[in-house]
Amino acid sequence: MPTLVKLLAQRIALGLLLLFLVSILIFAGTNILPGDVAQSILGQSATPEALANLRKELGLNDPVVTRYFSWLGGALHGDLGTALTSRLDIATEIGRRLGNTLFLAFWAAVIAVPLAIFLGLLAVRYRDRWPDKVISAFTLASISVPEFLIGYLLMFFIGVKLRWFPSTAISYRPDADLFTRLESIALPVAVLTFVVLAHMMRMTRAAILNVMQSAYIETAELKGLRMFTIIWRHAFPNSIAPIVNVVMLNLAYLVVGVVVIEVVFVYPGMGQYLVDHVSKRDVPVVQACGLIFAAVYIGMNLIADVVSILANPRLRHPK
Amino acid sequence: MKDQLDYLKWRVGAGRLSRREFLGRASALGLSAFAANTMLADAVRAAGAQKGGTMIVGLQGGSSSDSLDPALATNQVALSAIRLWGESLVELAPDGSVEGKVAESFESSPDAKVWTFKIRSGIQFSNGKDVTAEDVVETMDRHSGEDTKSGALGIMRGISSVKAEGDTVIFELETPNADLPYLLADYHLIIQPGGGKDDPAAAIGTGPYIIKSAEMGVRIVAEKNPNYWGDLGNAETIEIVVINDNTARVAALQSGQVHMIDRVPPRTAGLVARAPGVNVYSTKGPGHYVFIAHCNTAPFDNNDVRLALKYGINRQEMVDKILFGYGSIGNDTPINASYPYFTEIEQREYDPDKAKFHFDKSGYDGSILLRTSDNSFPGAPDAAALYQQSLAAAGINMEIKREPNDGYWSEVWNVQPFCTSYWGGRPTQDQMYTTAYLSSADWNDTKFKNEQFDQLLIAARGELDDAKRKQMYADMGNILHNEGGLICPMFNDFIDATTDKIAGWEEGVAGYALMNSYAPLKMWVVA
Repeated sequence: MPTLVKLLAQRIALGLLLLFLVSILIFAGTNILPGDVAQSILGQSATPEALANLRKELGLNDPVVTRYFSWLGGALHGDLGTALTSRLDIATEIGRRLGNTLFLAFWAAVIAVPLAIFLGLLAVRYRDRWPDKVISAFTLASISVPEFLIGYLLMFFIGVKLRWFPSTAISYRPDADLFTRLESIALPVAVLTFVVLAHMMRMTRAAILNVMQSAYIETAELKGLRMFTIIWRHAFPNSIAPIVNVVMLNLAYLVVGVVVIEVVFVYPGMGQYLVDHVSKRDVPVVQACGLIFAAVYIGMNLIADVVSILANPRLRHPK
Repeated sequence: MKDQLDYLKWRVGAGRLSRREFLGRASALGLSAFAANTMLADAVRAAGAQKGGTMIVGLQGGSSSDSLDPALATNQVALSAIRLWGESLVELAPDGSVEGKVAESFESSPDAKVWTFKIRSGIQFSNGKDVTAEDVVETMDRHSGEDTKSGALGIMRGISSVKAEGDTVIFELETPNADLPYLLADYHLIIQPGGGKDDPAAAIGTGPYIIKSAEMGVRIVAEKNPNYWGDLGNAETIEIVVINDNTARVAALQSGQVHMIDRVPPRTAGLVARAPGVNVYSTKGPGHYVFIAHCNTAPFDNNDVRLALKYGINRQEMVDKILFGYGSIGNDTPINASYPYFTEIEQREYDPDKAKFHFDKSGYDGSILLRTSDNSFPGAPDAAALYQQSLAAAGINMEIKREPNDGYWSEVWNVQPFCTSYWGGRPTQDQMYTTAYLSSADWNDTKFKNEQFDQLLIAARGELDDAKRKQMYADMGNILHNEGGLICPMFNDFIDATTDKIAGWEEGVAGYALMNSYAPLKMWVVA
């Protein structure tokens, strides 16, 4: 299958090139930000001497290009440098934070993806009847409300009034038992689910409806198969490519787009870590986070591409 | 009625009745709110602090970029963590005086130029080492010198030498300073073994707790130090959790996830106080929200323009609408009743006619440009808009320029001639004036240069006669009030809250949040 291998190799090479370009963008972007790192670290209570000393120590006086290549070289070796503010190794810190973010994203995905696909299938089964309309209305409404507002609403009603689940994730610890960890992330997972549900569900519905017009579906219907079996066995496998695409896009969002949710629910993940360091102008950390987020995003899209290529029989079995 | 009250007091003391319920029932028995409150405090204190348990404190201001190094502490989370593991030589006492911590006692030479601190005997760092005078000298050394990044550098500048002599430490000053003990109570100046030079962020000190784990910007866990010399600290474990989001912090308190929070937003404080099981405390402080004009830049170099701006601000309206009543009006000096030598100056009222008179007299007829940003103080853009309205009534046109939060402290504050800002205040007049109103101060953010003021400040520093000193500060206050570039409409209160699962709140040192950050140590978990 030389075509297939070539296609995949092309995709991966493109992904890497993209990542390289993004690294330049990130580095350039963080260097043209206004303000001064030293001032941001020391805050209003900084004396001019302390500022000058800190600037010298942080090496803020070297040329930009030199700093870019030493940074890129380090990043390729897994060395992301040390945080300007706390002097801690960024790779270790991010390792821990990324673990937390992935834990949250994983459980949100475990609930949201099957639920979205199931709701999509259900909507097709009862197309244009009330279940379809209820599902559409609910998911569209939840995607339209800003996520922090859903967060605050759940926090108030479920956390404070009903006390079913903890209002914030402050009891989350990476070394706690699974039940405690799941309990503490119940509300953030719920909000994330609301946010990503609509997109995936709508795409599933549309993709399957598209396939439902085909002749072989009519054949299956004439065979006397039940409607749900037709959708699940015949329509769904043939619409997998667009669905995987949108699922991957949303998974990427669950990792890189949860900044607001992490801050609102006080969850010690990458987003919170990034926000803390952006406000302190801790450029190495911002760059490292940017690079990792970009890698996750590009990686997820790469997987989506690969899956669509593999799921396409015309590419799998070239003439 | 007495029996009933005694019963209620017992219930409160035993933690079976909340403060709110007690006050409600006591007033039903015909007691005034004040009497009931006093009685409540007595009852709770009589029952005694309960030892043990875990106290969880949710605080604003921590960040994953923080360090445990006390020299770099800038926020409430860092300060609260320092209170757990470390101590300075001396500390402010609730009555406004200074009490010994690592130093057992202290005295000054008659001219207040040489100060001797005697190190408390037999106390140890949490790593088991004895505290020596050398440790103190090394600590002071780490915070001074031009290459330090310590927030206490400004304090250390006036000290010419620090020497150890047996179990005493001798500070020699360049100029007399009667306030030295107040300065050494600064929370950056935590005594560390070897001055903390080897590992500044090790969090080894003489405090009542030992840090067990610290994930900066997330949580800090500390356990009781079994070898602590004093009687501070009631809970067995104290956990500080960083919750920067206002809504999340309040929700965490209301749902009982944390026992104590700081910085309840003034806008919602009234609502929070009405929730069951929650107590809200507001503390008057030296912190103030200000409009600062550079006295050396046109048009603000004309004192009539400055006076016009001072008469043209409606202070009470700001307190009502920006602080929602949680504060008090200012009087164009940085000093209020939180300071030891405070003398009241006649209150300047909002007077559009006088404002117009001074503005016309100044000969300036252009508009005034005010720069502001969200982070210069909470509600600053709204305050700017109110100011614009009140000045308009005096026929003065003010333009507002909204600046980004990013870089505000480096690009606008202390750089642009007129902007909004805030001050947290300082423990003494001397420190406040030296930091921001002395001609040579780095942070003289109003570019206020007044020879008479400077002379008074230096003279007051070495004046050991309290009455004379008080008069000097009163004179300086008047100079600032009439000629300064500071337009101070309001002093903000600190608003903290606890659940009724913990008890023991009392008025701490005047002017500091969370009982000068000792609330986690002095309060206790109700069993």
